[in-house]
Amino acid sequence: MINTATQFLLSHPLIFATIKILIVFNVMSAVLMYIVYMERKVLAFMQARLGPMRVGPWGVLQALADPIKLMLKEDIVPSGADRTLFLLAPVISVAAAFTVFSAIPFTSSFIISDINIGILFILAVSSLGIYGIILGGWASNSHYPLLGALRSAAQLVSYEVAGGMAIVGVLLISNSLSLRDIVVKQQQMGVWNVFIQPVGFFVYLVAAIAETNRSPFDLPEAESELTAGFHTEYSGFRFSLFFMAEYTAMILVSCIAVTLFWGGWLRPFSSYHRFDFLDYTPIAVLLAAAVAIVLGARKNQVPMEKLVLFGIAAAFVLLAFGLAVPVVTAAIQGIFWFSAKVFVFLYAFIWYRGTFPRYRYDQLMNLGWRVMIPLGLANVIATAVLSYVLTSHTASAAASMIMTR
Amino acid sequence: MSGISLPQITFLALSAMALVSGVLVITRRNAIHSVICLIVTLFSVAGIFLLTHAEFLFAVQIILYVGGIMVLFLFVIMLVNLDVAAKQAQFSSHWLVAALTAGALTAELVYGIYLGRAEFKASQPVIFPAPAPVTNTQAIAVGLFQTYTLPVEIASLLLLVAMVGAVVMAKRKFE
Repeated sequence: MINTATQFLLSHPLIFATIKILIVFNVMSAVLMYIVYMERKVLAFMQARLGPMRVGPWGVLQALADPIKLMLKEDIVPSGADRTLFLLAPVISVAAAFTVFSAIPFTSSFIISDINIGILFILAVSSLGIYGIILGGWASNSHYPLLGALRSAAQLVSYEVAGGMAIVGVLLISNSLSLRDIVVKQQQMGVWNVFIQPVGFFVYLVAAIAETNRSPFDLPEAESELTAGFHTEYSGFRFSLFFMAEYTAMILVSCIAVTLFWGGWLRPFSSYHRFDFLDYTPIAVLLAAAVAIVLGARKNQVPMEKLVLFGIAAAFVLLAFGLAVPVVTAAIQGIFWFSAKVFVFLYAFIWYRGTFPRYRYDQLMNLGWRVMIPLGLANVIATAVLSYVLTSHTASAAASMIMTR
Repeated sequence: MSGISLPQITFLALSAMALVSGVLVITRRNAIHSVICLIVTLFSVAGIFLLTHAEFLFAVQIILYVGGIMVLFLFVIMLVNLDVAAKQAQFSSHWLVAALTAGALTAELVYGIYLGRAEFKASQPVIFPAPAPVTNTQAIAVGLFQTYTLPVEIASLLLLVAMVGAVVMAKRKFE
């Protein structure tokens, strides 16, 4: 019985892929809802406010209330709009953003498709998302969206070049276009690429913020000048699709940055056994979360909410015990460290939004073309020359460690 | 026709998409719609590249054409006042020359296909090549930077000259 089942699964490889896609899609959707909540909370705390507090304890159910509200709203198509394109644009944005996840290695084994041109595939498909913005802005038949779309097109085309340059530096070190191989290479070298390619990482980070239209580069939707930029005329579910696309792109560039520069699923100091106690971090995090919930719930006035919160805390403690089983501890290492690093990036994205004022349009273009692209180009040339000199002319141990294929 | 395989179905679907959208490019009145049809055509061709295990070409096709050049097309067309352009008489005063050119091109293509007819064996099933031991990217790199270094360098020099020329022409005169 089990044998025939396994054989059936092995003869139909699409089933496994479909299951993986469903997992990634659903987890991402849940994460998306809570990033919006996290962003509102973190920004509020940075501005000495409380943020959403009404729906559920500390407003945690706000993340569910917002999408429901958006879905129930009327889907308005402006008169004079190009109807087909207007309806299609948000779908393009979301589809492009989600498709890219198929090449991201979440752990050494959990990857939907290990393509040998992984990074090129990611660059290619994520560059399609811009059509959602351009077509949405144009099809609205309105001035602000069109201006927002044009700005966006110029911005994305400019910063894509800088981002590409930054990635080339990593590729020169890794000798592979496959994202999985790039992480494995960092494991072999025993050092994350960010320490070898600090300039490349910086350029990639700036380009990533610009490409996701995040503050301080959120010119395509600058409220004070363009109302809401390319999605001014959108409402209800289609607006929320654009919203989803933006946040998905944010998770996506974080995933790529983690994979290329921060060692992907690798634990910090994974080659030193002295630091093996770090394997227990997931358990510590769960216990700390349980303690935080209990401390917060003590002050809660609603008895029902109090009970549920204590229940959740107890579940966390139980889960922590479950994770303490050695097999389970080993199994969750990859996904835990990957998510933890992505979370740091997402937090940083929100942090920048709370910190930096928006650039002016000419400043944005100057920064892209006169600073970032030359910097990226210099980084590529320096990396290429150094790795060539180190491999072919000196046979020092360090060099062979960096560049052995 | 029981032996039709998944790659073959994909190939036929992609080719049909490429041809249909290719025709739509020249029949649409709205320039934006034409550009979108052109994007679909390029996309389908990229899919065919992928089907023949030319992954690198697939990625480059999408990054350069779909993600780069077509965005600039849209960018320029959006700045043109489309309402006026659509109402104006279409550019059809030279239809005789156009028909002659198209006829000559068709004849040329038919002759070319006739010459190479030995390669078209419709009775045999289409076989898609298995992935090579050397990856597509490596094969292209060896071709470009080892076998044909000089032609590639000459071509890139030519492109550089064109680029500098474009910059000089676009530069504002200050005097």
